[in-house]
Amino acid sequence: MIYDVAVIGAGIIGALTARELARYKLNAVLIEKCNDVAMGTTKANSAIVHAGFDAAPGSNKAIFNVKGAELMPSVTAELGVPYSNNGSLVVAFSEDEMPELENLLKRGIENGVKELRILSAEELFELEPNISKQAVAALHAPTAGIVCPYEFAIAATENAVSNGIEFMRNCEVQAVEKAEDCSVLKTTQGDIKARVVVNAAGVFADDIARMFGDDGISIIARKGEYYLFDKAKGHVVFHTVFQCPTPMGKGVLVTPTVDGNLLIGPTALDIEDKNDTSTTYPGLMDVLNKAHKSVPEIINTRDVITAFSGLRAHSKTHDFIIGFSEKAPSLYNLAGIESPGLSAAPAIAVHAAEEIVKKLGISDLNESFNPVRERPIRFRYLDDEEMAELIKKDPRYGHIICRCETITEGEIVEAIHAPAGARDIDGVKRRTRAGMGRCQGGFCSSKVLEILSRELNIPYEEVTKAGGESRILFGRTK
Amino acid sequence: MAAALKARELGVEKIIILERSETLGGILEQCIHTGFGLHYFKEELSGPEYAGRFIEQIRQSDIDVKTNTMVIDIDSDKVVTAVGPDEGLLKIQAKAIILAMGCRERPRGALSIPGHRPAGVMTAGTAQKYVNIDGYMPGRKIVILGSGDIGLIMARRMTLEGAEVKMVCELMPYSGGLARNIVQCLDDYGIPLKLSCTVVDIHGRERVEGVTIAKVDENLRPIKGTEEYVECDTLLLSVGLIPENELSKSAGIELNCITGGPDVDEMRETSQRGVFACGNVLQVHDLVDYVTLEAQIAAEGAAEYIKSGGTDEKKYAYAVHQEGVRYIVPQKINIASEKDVDLYFRVCRIYKNSKLIVKIDGETVISKKKPKLAPGEMETIKLKKDMLSKLKEDSIVEISVEESL
Ligand SMILES: Cc1cc2nc3c(=O)[nH]c(=O)nc-3n(C[C@H](O)[C@H](O)[C@H](O)COP(=O)(O)OP(=O)(O)OC[C@H]3O[C@@H](n4cnc5c(N)ncnc54)[C@H](O)[C@@H]3O)c2cc1C
Ligand SMILES: Cc1cc2nc3c(=O)[nH]c(=O)nc-3n(C[C@H](O)[C@H](O)[C@H](O)COP(=O)(O)OP(=O)(O)OC[C@H]3O[C@@H](n4cnc5c(N)ncnc54)[C@H](O)[C@@H]3O)c2cc1C
Repeated sequence: MIYDVAVIGAGIIGALTARELARYKLNAVLIEKCNDVAMGTTKANSAIVHAGFDAAPGSNKAIFNVKGAELMPSVTAELGVPYSNNGSLVVAFSEDEMPELENLLKRGIENGVKELRILSAEELFELEPNISKQAVAALHAPTAGIVCPYEFAIAATENAVSNGIEFMRNCEVQAVEKAEDCSVLKTTQGDIKARVVVNAAGVFADDIARMFGDDGISIIARKGEYYLFDKAKGHVVFHTVFQCPTPMGKGVLVTPTVDGNLLIGPTALDIEDKNDTSTTYPGLMDVLNKAHKSVPEIINTRDVITAFSGLRAHSKTHDFIIGFSEKAPSLYNLAGIESPGLSAAPAIAVHAAEEIVKKLGISDLNESFNPVRERPIRFRYLDDEEMAELIKKDPRYGHIICRCETITEGEIVEAIHAPAGARDIDGVKRRTRAGMGRCQGGFCSSKVLEILSRELNIPYEEVTKAGGESRILFGRTK
Repeated sequence: MAAALKARELGVEKIIILERSETLGGILEQCIHTGFGLHYFKEELSGPEYAGRFIEQIRQSDIDVKTNTMVIDIDSDKVVTAVGPDEGLLKIQAKAIILAMGCRERPRGALSIPGHRPAGVMTAGTAQKYVNIDGYMPGRKIVILGSGDIGLIMARRMTLEGAEVKMVCELMPYSGGLARNIVQCLDDYGIPLKLSCTVVDIHGRERVEGVTIAKVDENLRPIKGTEEYVECDTLLLSVGLIPENELSKSAGIELNCITGGPDVDEMRETSQRGVFACGNVLQVHDLVDYVTLEAQIAAEGAAEYIKSGGTDEKKYAYAVHQEGVRYIVPQKINIASEKDVDLYFRVCRIYKNSKLIVKIDGETVISKKKPKLAPGEMETIKLKKDMLSKLKEDSIVEISVEESL
């Protein structure tokens, strides 16, 4: 069979693009080399919906960011994804930084960002009492927000699959052959034929383009490291707090997450190995030191629950590369999607889908398309009656597996059996938060393993942390 | 269980135990090694055997037990909310509550070891559950970070199961575990204990392939140039236990920032009248015997509270840790207390040939020679009735270690 479209990469860009394609009458497949969606940059970033004052006016980054941020409340509502419109602040810590703040304001207005305003120090401290008293002013962007990026990609994929898109995991595209009327993707799961191929492979987008004979793209992986803090620190700040960029660098941000934790980071370091998402001592120390400039004394490593790092797909053109490849007309590139790619994703996806169906000459809509993906049950947010009711209906919701986050067996089973559901411990964790709390799975990972083994009907030894060779157990004891 | 049985013995009639696991016994169920009960039963039992003796007594009593039932909230009016697959949502109005939720292990994040985040990094307790309860091997070549008791026990356990335990690394210049465990679990198996040493990098993208260890200086910072690569497929963490006090917090109970448990008086009553705490939820214990004794004290407190209705006003003296002492439990003593009071505490580092000094309002009441003191072994000192009679409201009871030169 020949697909109309094959989308390579199930990050937020590929997932949302697949979902937009599902609005049309066509056959499409979403291909991911890992054991799950959102295993690349989409699972490790700042999770900010930027307002859009950062990018150069007229650039793809500026255009799609502003549009994407506008779409964000409705898309996340349709997909049942946590999103909070908490607003952002860029803080100036000396009079020297004021011109840059003015500059950002001007650029923001030019980009069409609404409600931007520069706040005095007093106004700032009223909004954010824990900010360093060194602060002199701040640019307030009320339209900015925060979102859970991996839940976003998971929900988009689920919705795409529910609307007829195929999802293939553990399917790495390794080479491409040209056939008469299609491209043949040589993958670890065999050949996949498609008339149009979408390149949403994140930091590997240049490799995919090269397989198509398009060597015009060059992606540099730029690492960003983070510390994530316990919920006890979730209210240190309410807005996303950036530091005013200086000639010394962009600084780091301090932000609450949609789940109520506190996140600080990122660093920025170009690296050779595009798989290297390790964290480093110098990187993490740097993050901590810089964050202290924004919120002194409030944060120390005692409350850290984890550290992680993500890779920006930086293109040498400094802008998103969006559109059909000139060298390979059946290849649609969505490359160099670094920050603000998450914010821009909903707008990029709409645009890409429109261009692709136009090229394919498809205009019929998928009449049964349902944009809504119900948010899975979250036991911890129910009231007493709802809890009692639910447990009566299905006792598995009375069995709490993750004690830190109060996640029940019912929720885990649901996550496994969802469309494009969880296949490994990290997949359960990203979908339900089991293991994301302060004990980081110390207690529940063995129970989650048991449930995965039972529900997927695989032996204990075959349950992995995150696919591949990441097995947890090595067989029976003596 | 010990608290429930004692409360029953003291005449409390309606008692319920709420336990989230399928079984009673807590952490003891996975501690299949021996070394439990030497003080309390004067016998060397395994964890399940020790627990079994209490389970048997509970069975024969009319104490209500609900397993598979997790408490999710305790409010300030002592209404306990619990959920379970069998019970659904349960609301119980209690007269008195005894908190005995135990503790959990400190995870990797809290240490912020840099590097990759592959499978094969887990706490020693998780590994213990895989091996002892599920019967599976979580690794073959193992490095253990932290020389807490669980780490030491697991070093031996994994060795007996045929795994190769390469070393136990300990950040501090001394082990946090019991001396007997170092001998019986490491020395007897030739497993090296590397003191002042930590893991500075974790290698392997999918499964652990190795770790880099390094020596640390007196500020516990890794020393450049001392790095060493150790090939392994598993890193077990035994780097401390944290009392499980989320519920206590929601009930508005004040916690102690050193023990991580509630501040309590000599009856183990917390800052909320009628709510008591004992065992690892109060302070991390190394010996179950002391946990049992502590539970019985809490039960006496609860029984007394129910009888008196908690209307008595308590006047407190305070226990203050001084030089060389990390914390003391209980933190306060009712000056009307008529029984001897045992103070439990831990020292800050290893001391040889030193003296323990107890002062009440500046006056030395106890001075005791100690050949050896170590942070891994909980110490206890008894305040006898005659000493207690010296206590006035707001008196200060101080404990310190004096090094003899
Ligand atoms: C440190 C950092 C901070 C950021 N902060 C923000 C922010 O606050 N706000 C914001 O808007 N944006 C932010 N971004 C940017 C945002 O995270 C990215 O733009 C977005 O996640 C990119 O998504 P993607 O789908 O393009 O890439 P990815 O999520 O990387 O997805 C690509 C997918 O392709 C798969 N793949 C690769 N090669 C193949 C192959 N050969 N065969 C099959 N599958 C393949 C990968 O496994 C992966 O799943 C940040 C990025 C970083 C690194
Ligand atoms: C590996 C290891 C080795 C040890 N070795 C020895 C030894 O050799 N000798 C010795 O004497 N001592 C030893 N100890 C110490 C001693 O056994 C323990 O400190 C003691 O058993 C702790 O008892 P506890 O009741 O305080 O806590 P736990 O046994 O942890 O019990 C707490 C219980 O509370 C339940 N719970 C928690 N929260 C909730 C909730 N919200 N709702 C319902 N239930 C809840 C838990 O499921 C658990 O069952 C060891 C401890 C460990 C961990």
